[in-house]
Amino acid sequence: MSEATLERGMNAFREQMNAPVASFFSSCVNCGMCAEACLFYTETDDPKYTPIHKLEPLRRVWEQEYTLWGRLKSMLGLSKPVTNELLEEWETLIYDGCTLCGRCSMVCPVGNDISYMIRRAREGFVAAGYAPEGIKGASRRAVTIGSPMGVKFPALAAQIKHVEADSGLTIPVDVEGADYMALLSSMEIMNFPEYLEALARIFKQAGVTWTISSEAFEATNSGIQIGSSDIARELVNRVVVAAEKLKVKYVISPECGHAYTAIRWEGPNLIGRPYDFKVVHILELLDELRSTGRLKTEGTEDDRLTFHDPCQIVRKGGVLEPPRNLLKLVATNFVDMNDSREMNWCCGGGGGVSANERAEELRIKAFKRKKTQLDELNVETLVTACANCRLIIEEGLEEYRMEMPVVGLTEMIAEHLVEDEK
Amino acid sequence: MSTSIDFLLWVRGPGFDIALFIFVVGVLIRLLEVLILGRKADYSEPRGAELGAGLLTLVTRTAPEGGSFKRSPFTVVGGYIWHIGFLISLFLFVPHIELIDSVLGIRWPGIASNLVDAIAAVTIVTLVAMLFSRLTHPVKRFLSGPEDYLTWVVTFLPMLTGYLAYHRMIDPYPLVLGLHILSVELLMVLFPFTKLMHAFTFIIARWYNGAMAGRRGVQS
Amino acid sequence: MADDLKKLSMTLGESLRQQGVSRRGFLKYCAATASMMALPPTMVPAIAQALEKAKRPSVIWLSFQECTGCTESLTRSHSPSVENLIFDHISLDYHHTLQVASGDAAEAAREAAMHENEGKYIVVVDGSIPLANPGYSAIAGISNLQMLEETVAGAAAVVAVGSCAAFGGLPHANPNPTGAVSVGEIVKDKPVVNVSGCPPIPTVITGVLAHFLTFGSLPELDALGRPMVFFGQSIHDRCYRRPFYDKGLFAETFDDEGARKGWCLFRLGCKGPMTYNACATAKWNQGTSWPVESGHGCLGCSEPDFWDAGGFYNALSIPDSDLTRKTGYVVGAGVALGAAAGALNRSTRAKAAAQHETVTIDDLDKKS
Repeated sequence: MSEATLERGMNAFREQMNAPVASFFSSCVNCGMCAEACLFYTETDDPKYTPIHKLEPLRRVWEQEYTLWGRLKSMLGLSKPVTNELLEEWETLIYDGCTLCGRCSMVCPVGNDISYMIRRAREGFVAAGYAPEGIKGASRRAVTIGSPMGVKFPALAAQIKHVEADSGLTIPVDVEGADYMALLSSMEIMNFPEYLEALARIFKQAGVTWTISSEAFEATNSGIQIGSSDIARELVNRVVVAAEKLKVKYVISPECGHAYTAIRWEGPNLIGRPYDFKVVHILELLDELRSTGRLKTEGTEDDRLTFHDPCQIVRKGGVLEPPRNLLKLVATNFVDMNDSREMNWCCGGGGGVSANERAEELRIKAFKRKKTQLDELNVETLVTACANCRLIIEEGLEEYRMEMPVVGLTEMIAEHLVEDEK
Repeated sequence: MSTSIDFLLWVRGPGFDIALFIFVVGVLIRLLEVLILGRKADYSEPRGAELGAGLLTLVTRTAPEGGSFKRSPFTVVGGYIWHIGFLISLFLFVPHIELIDSVLGIRWPGIASNLVDAIAAVTIVTLVAMLFSRLTHPVKRFLSGPEDYLTWVVTFLPMLTGYLAYHRMIDPYPLVLGLHILSVELLMVLFPFTKLMHAFTFIIARWYNGAMAGRRGVQS
Repeated sequence: MADDLKKLSMTLGESLRQQGVSRRGFLKYCAATASMMALPPTMVPAIAQALEKAKRPSVIWLSFQECTGCTESLTRSHSPSVENLIFDHISLDYHHTLQVASGDAAEAAREAAMHENEGKYIVVVDGSIPLANPGYSAIAGISNLQMLEETVAGAAAVVAVGSCAAFGGLPHANPNPTGAVSVGEIVKDKPVVNVSGCPPIPTVITGVLAHFLTFGSLPELDALGRPMVFFGQSIHDRCYRRPFYDKGLFAETFDDEGARKGWCLFRLGCKGPMTYNACATAKWNQGTSWPVESGHGCLGCSEPDFWDAGGFYNALSIPDSDLTRKTGYVVGAGVALGAAAGALNRSTRAKAAAQHETVTIDDLDKKS
């Protein structure tokens, strides 16, 4: 059919321009402080990973087509154009060297939200055909099969059967009128089925009515990672249609970072209207159950443990206190990292980096940041709330020969549930 | 015999008019071409209010985040010193207040000239140090292009010529005063076309940053 | 005539004694001269010795395009003063305002003085020289330019007294209808000292002459040819109202609270910061007062082109701008252009949105 072209890319860049982006580019003074907030710079000392530098192609479009002075300059042939070569060179910076973690956006002295612009710049890269093979593949699988890892419902059904057999619980599927519709990430389905069991046990105890949709169980959204709103819209829409069909009041975003961004923050804007339902993150829901006394736990974890804040859930999702409230419920020896909450460092694998095989070496290097943070604390266990972070951290720990269990928070809570009193 | 008075008369007459015109019109164009772009309505359900968070970030972003301070102390401290020194020299030196009063009709109390003099000296030294840092720090050096050095020059010159004029280090006085005014005019003329615009647009940028994060329940 | 000739051959010391000036009075005068020229007290005996032996020099005073204010300034000095002492003891051989002779006799006196003191006499000039048309100013049928050139030819040095002679002054003010120039622009081969001011301070004029008498040379000069001892510091730096400037306390009008309290006159147009002269220390009228002390800002009269410095009542560094009165139009222009630029940006984006082709998984690759 059609193909990716530079013209389509340029067109996409132009579409992405708005007042925030223009104000950000107008304000940058090249002070270089964003570099110090970016793990790809701090762990490589290569200035090309300076966050604002990754936006050079979009910056040129802004300057040359959205400022009067820049228009004049390019009319006189004084500007460097955006070319295929430029996009090819920058592809590795904007996809391999950025996880959209948004840490740079927290430190910029003039207030530039750099990750917001990277997300927008990717729209142009993908339309021009400069996206990494790994994320392209994930997107194709997500659209055609329904999941970036190629998980179809029968595979989930099989996992459900396993969990039901193991635990004696029921996992409701396609139940119309349930309060909550749970989404899962394929990472959880394949690598961490404990999450599914944890949900079933917690909801049973709390008396929450819930369901899984056989038509839209996948929470992840490769469209967000590759940076194509068109693809993202198609994927979000599946969830919206399913949720509205089942008439649920809430959709639960699972322990997956970008899935939360996709369904919670970008989704309504992709489909161009507010939802008929609300989106909650599983940690928000658990915290609410805790505060209303519907989540009862017993026993404690006495290991020295810490929490890795998944960027998209905490810094860019606003779920700051729930994980800590929940940890205090079950952990006696919880310590925060030196940079924590909205200033925590990324695992290095978000924003599509984990799906991009080419970026692996760089990602492992960038993981040294997390390693340093963990070394400073001398903890025995790491808790997190994102299946992707979890996998990336496990890989990183293995790479650097660190022995440390990495646990999902929901799972940890489920382990301490007071056993059925009924 | 001497044309220094002619020069002074030109820079504070037609020269000032030209510079002021370019500055005012240029800045307005730059601000409007940003603001008129606007942004789409956000349909996601907000976790927090945009307005308060945006305004708060506008203020709080002035203080560096702890970790970045530790990682780039020179940029932060140097940046503070010269920005504050520059603003004091610009807005609290008595003759400058007189000038602003004559152009805008508003005035405020100044501070002792010899205090401004000391602050200006510190500012000049700091600006030189900032240039040195830009030339040597791997990231800053990598990011910097002609515009970064040009804006340094046009920021530095008014400080330098102001200092020279105050201390009468160049004769005759109308010449050095004229050079000082001319250097400011250069700054005003280049302002709308360069990153100097951040002096205005940082307000918009910080507000959007704070508002968009605040909507998600994070104080950025 | 014989008396005059005898007087001419007398030293300054002899002449003073003949007039009944005591040794004590003479030393006092020397001390005053030293302090005026900012010389250390240890120099006083040297000055006395030098002056004692100095011959009364011949002085030829030429007046061109001037107002006689400089002469007035000099002759308004009170007796006994340093000025008077000096004036009594130079031989002012030609000065058409002061001399008794007129017509041919006057010109003959000038020529005689030039002839008799070839290479030793001093020429003092007040007034500027018109170059546009020699007929604009002539004396006894001789144009100013011609008279200056021929008088200066045999002079030891030239003293340009007053801002007209030093820098062109009022005649030179925009649009300079007579093509007036300063002495320095014509005399290039003789030392020229500029004693600027409109008028200059009398003690400064006599100080320069005293220096010449004492040391036989001209004093150290600044970039504008003015003696450093008198013109080395700005009015502003020596002004007793300076602390008010530093504190930002200004008189806004000539009769407000600030004016009564003696606050700084900067806002009323005082040119003290650009003006180099000795008014703040030497003062006028036997040290009675000076302009700033009497409540009026400095006009900057000892500086080149002070007439054209943008109005006596406009502060120096404040823009003399029409634009500030048209701010509304400027802002209007900015807003209009900005709105147009904004509209252009929106249309660029709208056009891009209209051309948007949906990205699907089938076109993630580049074919070429």
